[in-house]
Amino acid sequence: MPAQEKDLAADVALAARKWQKKRGALIMVLHEIQGRLGYVPREIALELSKQMNVPLARIYEVLTFYNFFELEPPAKYVISGCMGTACYLKGTPQILQEFGRLLGIEVGQTTPDGKFSLTTVRCVGCCGQAPVILVNGEVKSKVSPKDVPHILAECTD
Amino acid sequence: MTKLQKDELETIAERRRAKRTDWITVGMGSCGLAAGADAVFRALQDGARERGLELDIRKTGCVGACHAEPLVEVDVQGAPRTLYGHVKPEWVDLILDSHVTLKRVVQRLAVPEIAEQRRTCNDHPQPEANRQFKIVTRNCGLVDPEDLEDYIAFGGYQALRRCLFELSPEEVVEEVESSGLRGRGGAGFSTGLKWRLTREAAGREKFIVCNGDEGDPGAYMDRSVLEGDPFSVIEGMTIAAYAIGANEGYLYIRAEYPLAVARIEAAIRSAKLAGLLGRNILGTDFSLNLEVRLGAGAFVCGEETALIASIEGKRGTPRPRPPYPSVSGLWGGPTCINNVETLANIPPILSNGAQWFRSIGTERSPGTKVFALTGKVRRPGLVEIPMGTPLRVVVEEIGGGALPGRTIKAVQTGGPSGGVIPAALLDTPVTYEDLAELGSMMGSGGMIVMDDEDSIVDITRFYLGFCVEESCGKCAPCRIGGRQMLTILERLAEGRGRPEDLDQLRQISKTMKAASLCGLGKSAPNPVLSTLRFFPEEYQRAISASRSNA
Ligand SMILES: Cc1cc2nc3c(=O)[nH]c(=O)nc-3n(C[C@H](O)[C@H](O)[C@H](O)COP(=O)(O)O)c2cc1C
Ligand code: FES
Repeated sequence: MPAQEKDLAADVALAARKWQKKRGALIMVLHEIQGRLGYVPREIALELSKQMNVPLARIYEVLTFYNFFELEPPAKYVISGCMGTACYLKGTPQILQEFGRLLGIEVGQTTPDGKFSLTTVRCVGCCGQAPVILVNGEVKSKVSPKDVPHILAECTD
Repeated sequence: MTKLQKDELETIAERRRAKRTDWITVGMGSCGLAAGADAVFRALQDGARERGLELDIRKTGCVGACHAEPLVEVDVQGAPRTLYGHVKPEWVDLILDSHVTLKRVVQRLAVPEIAEQRRTCNDHPQPEANRQFKIVTRNCGLVDPEDLEDYIAFGGYQALRRCLFELSPEEVVEEVESSGLRGRGGAGFSTGLKWRLTREAAGREKFIVCNGDEGDPGAYMDRSVLEGDPFSVIEGMTIAAYAIGANEGYLYIRAEYPLAVARIEAAIRSAKLAGLLGRNILGTDFSLNLEVRLGAGAFVCGEETALIASIEGKRGTPRPRPPYPSVSGLWGGPTCINNVETLANIPPILSNGAQWFRSIGTERSPGTKVFALTGKVRRPGLVEIPMGTPLRVVVEEIGGGALPGRTIKAVQTGGPSGGVIPAALLDTPVTYEDLAELGSMMGSGGMIVMDDEDSIVDITRFYLGFCVEESCGKCAPCRIGGRQMLTILERLAEGRGRPEDLDQLRQISKTMKAASLCGLGKSAPNPVLSTLRFFPEEYQRAISASRSNA
């Protein structure tokens, strides 16, 4: 097993052990893994199934039910438009359209180089500053389509 | 901190209050941070250090005036307490030099109309006409949410002390019952009665659960309370646990609220260290263990039976009731599930008494309600009003009315389960009964203002689309009915409606309401029925547009 994967296995073991004594811990363990890796890779789910003694099918049942969990690695910059009611009314669709136009992708897609993906979220609780978008979880408030090129330009390493 | 005993609460409060002479607060909830409050906070700290000022600079949660973030409040001896809005780091020098050092308020940066609106039950026991009145958000924007002693200085934990040392669990239940408090999570069920049912249910192991899933997209009351005053929710849960006989509890919070989660987790840790959670609370033989569980982006998990499944680590699908959770909930044990705002009402009720609470609001809807006022108003933000306040006061006086040059068309309450109230009916008082009579509902507190630019049919399509996406798919009426209605609404929103569409919408609505398994499917047609009732002309236009195109 390459070094990196060994680390991962150790990580899973750690997360699993931390939650072992608690009831109903599977979702929290998955949160912990996604928090660290940005998604839940298949090998990790397999490893977890062994460590926690939970059938793999049950892990996937949970992973696929909840929108929050990702099964693929995220793009370098995940741009999410808030589609809560307040932001929708104040123009998120137009902002997403502008991102899509400049990036050449649609909502739900990733650019071929893996740099950007475009998604939506449901209300991050900053409705007073609508419309908001998130760039890798960081909130940008009162965005207008005119701000889009600038936001993209800031996404450099 | 060592474990506190009963009489030490007062000592801490007094010591803290004596220390608090000159202070500055910075609103650092999610909204304040998004608007740049962090840079302002750092500039204040640096500026005070450079000037050698003895100042207590505190982070607080959301003040409520989200439109004017970042907000900074200054209270120093020799100058009137002042709130500044839209503060930029560049202004900090001026505020420190003029206000703090020379005691001269910087009038042009102040926002007195917002400060005006901040009456809290701690300072003023009774509400005034046409004003906000803060019970649930009494400490939000004042208290440091990461500092237990600060909460105690604002009167925190006096209610728990009264319960543990002066009242039996039965008497606590009675007090909450006679306060008339109704659940703020949407349905408005009597909180006291729910506690009684859980208390009287047979079961060795009972649970208290705080519902912090806040599913209504476009609402953030619970987030603000969790972020701004986490200890009041924890104190409320502790009192509830004592009353119903639970020693274990969970806070179920959306993963989309990382700051709320972090603050609640920190608050649980400090309460534990101080002996206000864990074993032998305040030296008594009452013990309570609290844990956080994260939601994972499923609206249906706000529904109580789905929430229970999710805490148990399973897919969050609802199950039929009865049995109600108060009889059989988490791992089969009697479980009391209360909303964040419901729980934050508990400490003031137990400190000030049921009679005090009943004197606020209306006969059948006592107390206050927090709303997230958003959409097309001048001053969106978090507002807390006595029940019975007319919608017009909220939208026009507190919210500042329509945006320049626009007119308000309708106000939506209850989110995807609610309905619209047309502008002509804005004098409707905000109570559970009055809103239900108009086919809307109190809901959890989303209040969205729409103006003449917004299409009612499009908004309805938006809400229905939400419910369709969030349907768990377990029951057919919700899964199939929702899909069919959405197809029709999409057609209408694009101006391609057919004459028979409206009747079909009514027909499917009826089936979904009657036959769906859980509240999601039962209430998903509400926005459709409500808009059909009040805005039939917009639907007609969507149909005739297609005729003239044909
Ligand atoms: C589809 C659906 C979603 C719900 N979402 C929430 C929610 O996000 N927050 C909440 O407190 N209650 C929500 N509820 C209501 C809960 O089922 C439950 O009634 C409430 O948490 C009880 O607390 P209360 O009595 O203090 O209001 C939802 C109900 C349904 C049917
Ligand atoms: S609707 Fe966008 S943050 Fe709430």
